[in-house]
Amino acid sequence: MKRVSLVFTLALAAGLSTNAATAQTLKTVKDRGLLSCGVSQGLPGFSSPDDKGNWTGIDVDVCRAVAAAIFDDPTKVKFVPLSAKDRFTALQSGEIDVLSRNTTWTLSRDTSLGANFTGVTYYDGQGFLVKKSLKVNSALELNSASVCVQTGTTTEQNLADYFKGNNMKYEVIAFGTADETVKAYESGRCDVFTSDVSQLYAERLKLSNPADHAVLPEVISKEPLGPMVRHGDDQWFDLVKWTLFAMVDAEELGVTQKNVGEMAKSDKPELKRAFGTDGNLGEQLGLTKDWFSRIVKAVGNYGESFDRNVGSGSKLGIARGLNQLWNKGGIQYAPPIR
Amino acid sequence: MSIEARPPPPQFAARLKRALGGRAGWSGFVVQILFVAALVWIFYEIVANARTNLENQHITAGFGFLKNTAGFDVSQSLIPYSGSETYTRVFFVGLLNTLLVSLIGIFFATLIGFLVALGRLSPNWLLSRISGGYVELVRNLPLLFQILFWYLAVLAALPGPRQSISLFGSFFLSNRGLIIPKPIGNPAFEPFVMAVAVAIAAAFLLWRYARRQLFQSGKLITIWPYVLGLLVGLPLVTALVFGAPVRFEFPELKGFNFAGGSRVIPGFVALTLALSTYTAAFIAEIVRAGILSVHKGQMEAGASLGLARGSVLRLIVIPQALRVILPPLTNQYLNLTKNSSLAVAIGYPDLVSVFAGTTLSQTGQAIEIIGITMGVYLLISLVTSAIMSFYGWRLGRSLEG
Ligand SMILES: N[C@@H](CCC(=O)N[C@@H](CS)C(=O)NCC(=O)O)C(=O)O
Repeated sequence: MKRVSLVFTLALAAGLSTNAATAQTLKTVKDRGLLSCGVSQGLPGFSSPDDKGNWTGIDVDVCRAVAAAIFDDPTKVKFVPLSAKDRFTALQSGEIDVLSRNTTWTLSRDTSLGANFTGVTYYDGQGFLVKKSLKVNSALELNSASVCVQTGTTTEQNLADYFKGNNMKYEVIAFGTADETVKAYESGRCDVFTSDVSQLYAERLKLSNPADHAVLPEVISKEPLGPMVRHGDDQWFDLVKWTLFAMVDAEELGVTQKNVGEMAKSDKPELKRAFGTDGNLGEQLGLTKDWFSRIVKAVGNYGESFDRNVGSGSKLGIARGLNQLWNKGGIQYAPPIR
Repeated sequence: MSIEARPPPPQFAARLKRALGGRAGWSGFVVQILFVAALVWIFYEIVANARTNLENQHITAGFGFLKNTAGFDVSQSLIPYSGSETYTRVFFVGLLNTLLVSLIGIFFATLIGFLVALGRLSPNWLLSRISGGYVELVRNLPLLFQILFWYLAVLAALPGPRQSISLFGSFFLSNRGLIIPKPIGNPAFEPFVMAVAVAIAAAFLLWRYARRQLFQSGKLITIWPYVLGLLVGLPLVTALVFGAPVRFEFPELKGFNFAGGSRVIPGFVALTLALSTYTAAFIAEIVRAGILSVHKGQMEAGASLGLARGSVLRLIVIPQALRVILPPLTNQYLNLTKNSSLAVAIGYPDLVSVFAGTTLSQTGQAIEIIGITMGVYLLISLVTSAIMSFYGWRLGRSLEG
């Protein structure tokens, strides 16, 4: 891990010392014929490889959608697995074009890293996983507990805030990767494993007996997870931002992977604009007119991607909750395509 | 040694020329200056460019972040620390943890390494085979694997805190580490420490005196009863006069963990164990080679003087072998220190984990933080090498003198 961050840092130093920040990400990606996408090292539902090396997950779908919009081919993506602590350096150094790795949008990350968040893929919050045998029912009963956490995350800071705020003592043990953290928790080194709630569900699947562990009801923070791109390339920023919006708007407009062919022929003005049969909105983004249908064909709309990866159609079985569309009781909301 | 005619004093200019430019003389000197100047210029360009580009990309640069609040906690710290301290403090917490695990690791690695080497050279067949087996097994398994083995297979197999193995009701061993009573200084602590210091100093002077007597007049003086009396008696008397120097805070099971007492965390134990046993295997080979490099005749000469095998090794062979051993031994010390950066795999908060890890990802200032970290490791290495060279130099002097 140390070596990886060293490589990125050297790349960063070298890159910075030779030419100024490339403001032409789209052109670079097209020339390369491949989108380079930073993901986690294996988090079911968000980004994880199967035994053949195929990546799936909701974070993965965002990158596939971008690739589909550019190349009309969702497989033209190179996935770069990154630990929590290496992810920003990898983006800064140009190793990746998009960081789509369950990353929480915070002010300091938005302002000091030379990168920008393009939207929110998943509204999350931090929670706690404990063994049922401990008979703990609330996070407020965790005084004096040992807590396992992954280093380089917002999780680590929220944890300190929460215990301090509630006048509770605890022991923190921070590990470099998710696997190490979960192993230590499972071995009994810690009483509690803490992370974003969605990730608790994902990591729980890796435990030998998932049913013995429970997620406590408290959600102690706001963790809006979203993709990031480098600062200074507005065209690229818009492109990635609108790719996610397109997925959300597609759901709202009732366009699905199945009916996308039908819907493209629709007379409805808003559908005509989205599909590019009226106007050239796609071209304004630096893409083609059919960008919208390319995206939906490749990964489906936001709801489909959610269900397939983390929702009812997946092993995680997470309810839509906050991630339901705004007009169905959630807060997922995308500006109109017009 | 034969007496040589004194060479004519070389002219100052010629000497200077040779020192600066080597064989090539002045022109060589100019080339060297230009080379250094070019290096400096390139370095300056890199730094200046990086700076402007960081600024253009809106990546925060500089060392101002060191004054910011860290906002995260750390499981082991030798200095008082909490989440409301600064990143500078985090740096020192990590550095001290790295130094602690390295120093203790070096101590045990050296001890085990010497013992294994002696075992391997021993005429006892079984002992030498076991030592040989140890070396082959340990140095051929990846270090990270060994660290995880100690952590996950050995220490994590200990019972939880509520089922701790207890010794005398005040020491507790569990998968949370070893918890021991914590000594807390009483007012009588200072006089007690002073008494111990005085006793040690006096004992040392006594020993020097006895040695001088032995060397100068061949008189053998028995000093150990006095030394013992000093070392035990003086502190004891002080304690009787001023009261107990320390009292103990006993650990007590409260909630999930023990409250009170001091704790040695499993991450520290696993890392120290793995680093010292792993490095010991290499040190054993170095020591063995060193001892074998001393001529066999030395051993025989020692034996014919009537010295026991142990004394021959200690007084004759090892001092000579050390000359061969020291340089590669220094390498092993440096390796151990650098290898301690694998700590993050088992949650031990060393410099790389808390500074080049957490601090880096919280601030995103990769260049500065990796720069500082590399500088620190370089400094630790240079200091270690310097200490070892000094030791080697003294050894060389005493062997010649
Ligand atoms: N959302 C948080 C936490 C992200 C995070 O790294 N979570 C861990 C939770 S276990 C994870 O996803 N690890 C997967 C990995 O390292 O591959 C952040 O942005 O700092």
